[in-house]
Amino acid sequence: MLMIHCPWCGPRDESEFSYGGEADIQRPADPEAVSDAEWADYVFMRSNPRGWHCEQWVHVHGCRRWFKAERHTVSYEIRATWPMDQEKP
Amino acid sequence: MQRYSILSLARHALSGHRGWQPAWREATPKRRYSVIIIGGGGHGLATAYYLASVHGIRDVAVLEKGWIGGGNTGRNTTIVRSNYLWDASAALYEKSLQLWEGLSQDLNYNVMYSQRGVLNLGHTLQDMRDIRRRVNANRLNGIDGEVLDTDGVKRLVPFINTSPEARYPVLGASWQPRAGIARHDAVAWGYARAADALGVDIIENCEVTGIRRENGQVVGVETSRGAIEADRVGAVVSGHAGVLAEMAGFRLPIESHPLQALVSEPLKPILNTVVMSNAVHVYVSQSDKGELVIGAGIDAYTGYGNRGSFQTIEHFLSALIELYPIFSRLRMLRHWGGIVDTAPDASPIIGRTPVEGLFFNVGWGTGGFKATPGSGWVFAHTLATGEPHEINAPFSLERFHSGALVDEHGAAAVAH
Repeated sequence: MLMIHCPWCGPRDESEFSYGGEADIQRPADPEAVSDAEWADYVFMRSNPRGWHCEQWVHVHGCRRWFKAERHTVSYEIRATWPMDQEKP
Repeated sequence: MQRYSILSLARHALSGHRGWQPAWREATPKRRYSVIIIGGGGHGLATAYYLASVHGIRDVAVLEKGWIGGGNTGRNTTIVRSNYLWDASAALYEKSLQLWEGLSQDLNYNVMYSQRGVLNLGHTLQDMRDIRRRVNANRLNGIDGEVLDTDGVKRLVPFINTSPEARYPVLGASWQPRAGIARHDAVAWGYARAADALGVDIIENCEVTGIRRENGQVVGVETSRGAIEADRVGAVVSGHAGVLAEMAGFRLPIESHPLQALVSEPLKPILNTVVMSNAVHVYVSQSDKGELVIGAGIDAYTGYGNRGSFQTIEHFLSALIELYPIFSRLRMLRHWGGIVDTAPDASPIIGRTPVEGLFFNVGWGTGGFKATPGSGWVFAHTLATGEPHEINAPFSLERFHSGALVDEHGAAAVAH
């Protein structure tokens, strides 16, 4: 089980959290103007890296707030968590 | 190829079993092949076998970074069934199931396909409505299926907890009698041996590190054992589809997750079918060695670590005990995690890619084992002709642009 450091509540067990997938995916500013391929890239395509991955979590059984985390997808080490509206520390 | 039979077994017994030959050659890579298949799991080896046997293309190499069948082919819970809701999925998985039925004879290798049937339990009225709808859809597609009530389930699995007091009472199930389980390693070994006998080079310990392209056309691959040229390249990988796509310069709608499973200590025969439950999320069957093979859903986060989190195991073992109180004192023997590539619609991607001559057969998610023969069969057609077979045409990468998804996620009302 992962130990996740909630930016507000501190270190808690993974079972208190829900996973929210890859972070920093930008919705196209003008959806009418993009092609089907660009829209598909936004909706479906993911970077899915083998290595460090910026992702979203929500402390669903705690403060219920969303935040971002940088986690390694092989070792599962989490080296930083930070609130959604802030830059990576 | 040495043919296996009762006579050959008896003959070799007389000489103390010292005369058996290796099941396939240890091939060294040639400079060039017509077709290179990346990935020596069941799907890749099946592709090679059908390329050689059905399409007569024998100048084929299968490149495997580890050893044959050492990936997800050897890490699954071996369930084979075809009771999918949508026509596209039903055609693909039913083609596969029909190939399973003759596979041991076809390959002259006992893959131990045991048609012991699969139950998919329903725990709510909505589950039962979905099951009725799915069984009707199956029967319209020529796939066997029945709807059972609680007593029907109890007749097949007498020790299942059908108490109405249960938190998730068993209201019934769908029942596919032709479904079952198979010996996973034998599938890889059988296909490898049969493909090798037709002239396919099976090259183990050969990791692909790059895709060589000229003017948007694939010309070969870079590997840990040097560069190899090819007219066509088929990637049949699991767990690393995104990594390979990145090498070729495009993106996939795939995320890789750990999927955990467990094997118990061996028991005397107790469970002679496969029981799956999507609502409480556990599936279980008993292997020929007597061990219970238990699986469930993926861990929520993405990962390549071949392991997951303990609370996922706790979740499906509590579901197991709820359904089968008799298993409560069972000890678990082994536990493992495989890496499954899941697409947003829980269906595979089989077909062309943005790179000419490069074809992908990936994204089988949590349910690829059952599709091994059918997947190889349609992908061999795709590699041989350059066009998808009508069975795999709906599973193109372009479906994510057009929006014509094959959304089996909830629709099948079953775990994959």
